[in-house]
Amino acid sequence: MNKWGDNKAWFLVIPVLVFVCFSAIIPLMTVINYSVQDILDPDQALFVGTEWYKKVLHDYRLHDALWRQFLFSGLVLLIEMPLGILIALAMPKKGWGVSFSLVTLALPLLIPWNTIGTIWMIFVRPDIGLFGAAINNLGVAFDHTRRPLDAWVTVILMEVWHWTPLVALLAYAGLRAIPEVYYQAAKIDGASAWATFYYIQLPKMRGVLTIALLLRFMDSFLIYAEPFVLTGGGPGNATTFLSIYLVKVAVLQMDLGPGGAFSLIYFLIVLLLSFIFYQVLQRVGKGEKV
Amino acid sequence: MGMVLDSVSKKVGSETHINNVSLELEIGTTNVLLGHTLAGKTSLLRLMAGLDRPTSGRILVGGKDVTGVSVRKRSVAMVYQQFVNYPSLTIYKNIASPLKMSGMSKAEIDRKVRKTAAMLHIEDLLERLPSELSGGQQQRTAIARSLVKEADLLLLDEPLVNLDYKLREELRLELQDIFKQREAIVVYTTTEPAEALMLGGDIVVMDEGRILQTGPTPDVYHNPATLKIAQVFSDPPINYLNGTVQANTARLAKDIEIPLDGHLRSVPPGNYIFGVRSNHLFLSKVAKEDAEIRVKVELAEINGSETFIHVHHGDYRLVVQKDGIHPRRIGSEIAIYVNPCCFFVYDETGALVASPSRVSIQKRV
Amino acid sequence: MARIELNEIAHSYLRNPKGDSDYAIKRIHNVWEDGGAYALLGPSGCGKTTLLNIISGLVTPSRGRVLYDGKDVTSLPPEKRNIAQVFQFPVLYDTLTVFDNLAFPLRNRGIEQGEVTKRVHEVADILDLTPFLKKKAAGLTADAKQKISLGRGLVRSDVAAILFDEPLTVIDPHLKWHLRRELKEIHEQLKLTFIYVTHDQMEALTFADKVVVMLEGEIVQIGTPQDLFENPEHTFVGYFIGSPGMNFLTCTLDGNVAQVDGARIALDEKTAALGRKARGKLELGIRPMYLEVSPEPVENGVPAKVKAVEDQGCHKIAVLMLAGKTLQAMLPEGKPVPEGKAWLVFPPQWTRLFADGRLIKQKE
Repeated sequence: MNKWGDNKAWFLVIPVLVFVCFSAIIPLMTVINYSVQDILDPDQALFVGTEWYKKVLHDYRLHDALWRQFLFSGLVLLIEMPLGILIALAMPKKGWGVSFSLVTLALPLLIPWNTIGTIWMIFVRPDIGLFGAAINNLGVAFDHTRRPLDAWVTVILMEVWHWTPLVALLAYAGLRAIPEVYYQAAKIDGASAWATFYYIQLPKMRGVLTIALLLRFMDSFLIYAEPFVLTGGGPGNATTFLSIYLVKVAVLQMDLGPGGAFSLIYFLIVLLLSFIFYQVLQRVGKGEKV
Repeated sequence: MGMVLDSVSKKVGSETHINNVSLELEIGTTNVLLGHTLAGKTSLLRLMAGLDRPTSGRILVGGKDVTGVSVRKRSVAMVYQQFVNYPSLTIYKNIASPLKMSGMSKAEIDRKVRKTAAMLHIEDLLERLPSELSGGQQQRTAIARSLVKEADLLLLDEPLVNLDYKLREELRLELQDIFKQREAIVVYTTTEPAEALMLGGDIVVMDEGRILQTGPTPDVYHNPATLKIAQVFSDPPINYLNGTVQANTARLAKDIEIPLDGHLRSVPPGNYIFGVRSNHLFLSKVAKEDAEIRVKVELAEINGSETFIHVHHGDYRLVVQKDGIHPRRIGSEIAIYVNPCCFFVYDETGALVASPSRVSIQKRV
Repeated sequence: MARIELNEIAHSYLRNPKGDSDYAIKRIHNVWEDGGAYALLGPSGCGKTTLLNIISGLVTPSRGRVLYDGKDVTSLPPEKRNIAQVFQFPVLYDTLTVFDNLAFPLRNRGIEQGEVTKRVHEVADILDLTPFLKKKAAGLTADAKQKISLGRGLVRSDVAAILFDEPLTVIDPHLKWHLRRELKEIHEQLKLTFIYVTHDQMEALTFADKVVVMLEGEIVQIGTPQDLFENPEHTFVGYFIGSPGMNFLTCTLDGNVAQVDGARIALDEKTAALGRKARGKLELGIRPMYLEVSPEPVENGVPAKVKAVEDQGCHKIAVLMLAGKTLQAMLPEGKPVPEGKAWLVFPPQWTRLFADGRLIKQKE
């Protein structure tokens, strides 16, 4: 049997493979390389095995950053997913309103991420920011540069404003795909709006919601540009998330060894959690025990 | 010099979609692939077209091996169940689209498009868009698009199934005429035995990726080689009773005795399955050899010109088909009659042992 | 159970309909009796699904009223009308088991648990779904899924009518037999009003006691399958019912004989007398089943050319040419097959006359 016909496709893939090699695989190998060596200067490098890994895993500042990250991602998902679904349910199904809402929703997604940090930084300033000035006039002492709680509120509001539209757009696409007959049958069965949502819309949106959840989880867990621009990780350590801490270690302190080890661990955590989420959502869909 | 499939199989993962199929199709013939859904008809069609590659086996067209050749290089046209047309092009452009690639002159393309459109009675709709047409008209456009290429192989995958039954009848007649005029190999899939009979030509009965029987359609209908084929190629479903053959008689369903005459004489003793078509079960005794079966009426379906009486005899559910209106009360016990000359006899593996002679059936009927 | 009346119903999907062609339903005015099995039959686009949705409440008609047992329900939504509808595609709640699917409409109405369990088991028994009650509905075959859709309608003991919108579309032909039979048996057992929309005449005629034939938004004829077959009131009904449909020949009358381009066909006296009084284009109609074909010349036989004979299994169809028109005749198994030339006999009791498309018959 002649199988060469299929293999011609591999030749077309080679350019991509080369690119991925240079942009991802070789740097990854480099990182692993650094993570097992102590680099004193460009000529002197000692193989230290798992020492950096042990150091990194015992670093209390890393643990703090990790908890902060979990809290952040958790809050973000808890707010964005239901909010996105609600927005999708409220969006019009036909007429000019559809294009209008789609475009309006897409706007936050189009802004460069560091610009988003800058926008919000100005937005919450007590002197010239619309939000900051308004809320201070109402008597609430709001200062995101001094008080950790205010910094958190700002970072989370910014993140929700930025990315909820993605969840909403995905959920909207999922909703549009549901044939009209399901709603008709639900009406005839006397189902309330909640029952229609829970038994028809939600199960049929499972596919897109899985994608939305995974995307939002990964992005929020890896977040860097927006909070860095907004707060620099402060006040103090209040908004130092994992990636910000990692940059501090690897770039600012030039600790390439611990930095490398840390990067790898970070990568594996994200991979593991994504895998768990995916498996859980697939099983829920099939109705098996989770 | 037609198309030959030589021991073709197609496996997808652990599932076998096509199991060792060998087939020879002549040019100028209409071949109907009949089988239930998931029997492998669409898979086989895709293999013939070159859209899929068989896992093993060869496909030859005109003597040449085309197994690895992509569909673009082959002379194939295909019509699908869903009326597939380019939504943004007018009907004229839709029909012309396969010819644009071939480098024909504009005048030649125009002539061919108009001729094909006239064949399918859509010549007045050439400037419209597909969305403005009815289902039947859209399917005619799709068929025209496939015909204009004058391909050597014309494949139709249940093309009429999404249309009104009356539209189906009309299009079927038109298609039969169109097929007769071309020197191509036509392969048409369907799940309906009635449609297979109406199209005529040759039939290929499929089940679970295998070919069960091939031959001229009426021949296969009157002589199904196995019980499975009889089941696939019957509408209403074929009736059957288990029975035992002894010295001179056969005992069916424990309490019906029939003498071993005519074609039944050659059946050796043993256990068999006796099949009989619905229109060969009668409501009155006419011939001396007619055997009586006492049954209970479950339902009488009347469609204006025929009656279908659903009955049961013990655990056996049977259907009697009779021309005319014959209502029967539900639950009433009646007698139905069968002439032994109408039985198909299958052994326990389902293979045909004896089949009724057409002549004796015609005498009884 | 209810008696459903449709009073002067007309419907257009456009906001400002101008002419007749803008109306999906032009004028419907009829009564569906309690407990009857009705079929709505017609070609695509005739308005049958629109009419079904008006009866169920999914569509509010532009004009006219819908009455259930004398009560005006025109503005009531479906859930308040106590109807159930089975759609073309099985509509199920995928995440629920078969039991929960069947229980869904009852639970939504606040019926108490014990009653729910009892009704679900009763209906599952009628539909042969009892072995599947604990299974997830999503994993079953198409015909089982349609039965569950039907079951959701049957569980409600106060259901007035069950409406079917081409429910056997996704079912394999060999399973259609069983499902049709089960639907009919259920109707006999429960005596609910069933209204069944289809474009498949076999389904409509075997299922219904009365068939409503529709064309372009209007009712063309209502009758039993036998009426529609033997006495179609309109050439459309003659053509649409029967496979193949009725044969039509344009003719003129000469005494008691119809003249078709030189061929003389004897009619019975009453029909001919009525025909002479009628106005408009005269057509002679006869069904393929009743047209007799003989390979030898016979008395009253009209010569015709045999174009083809097709073997349809339990009978054969002969395609014949008479006076330039194509006719089809059904040859029962066992009859001799003509070749080349044949003689046709038109039995007077089955030969009908139509004037301008309408059946000429005795005025009652």
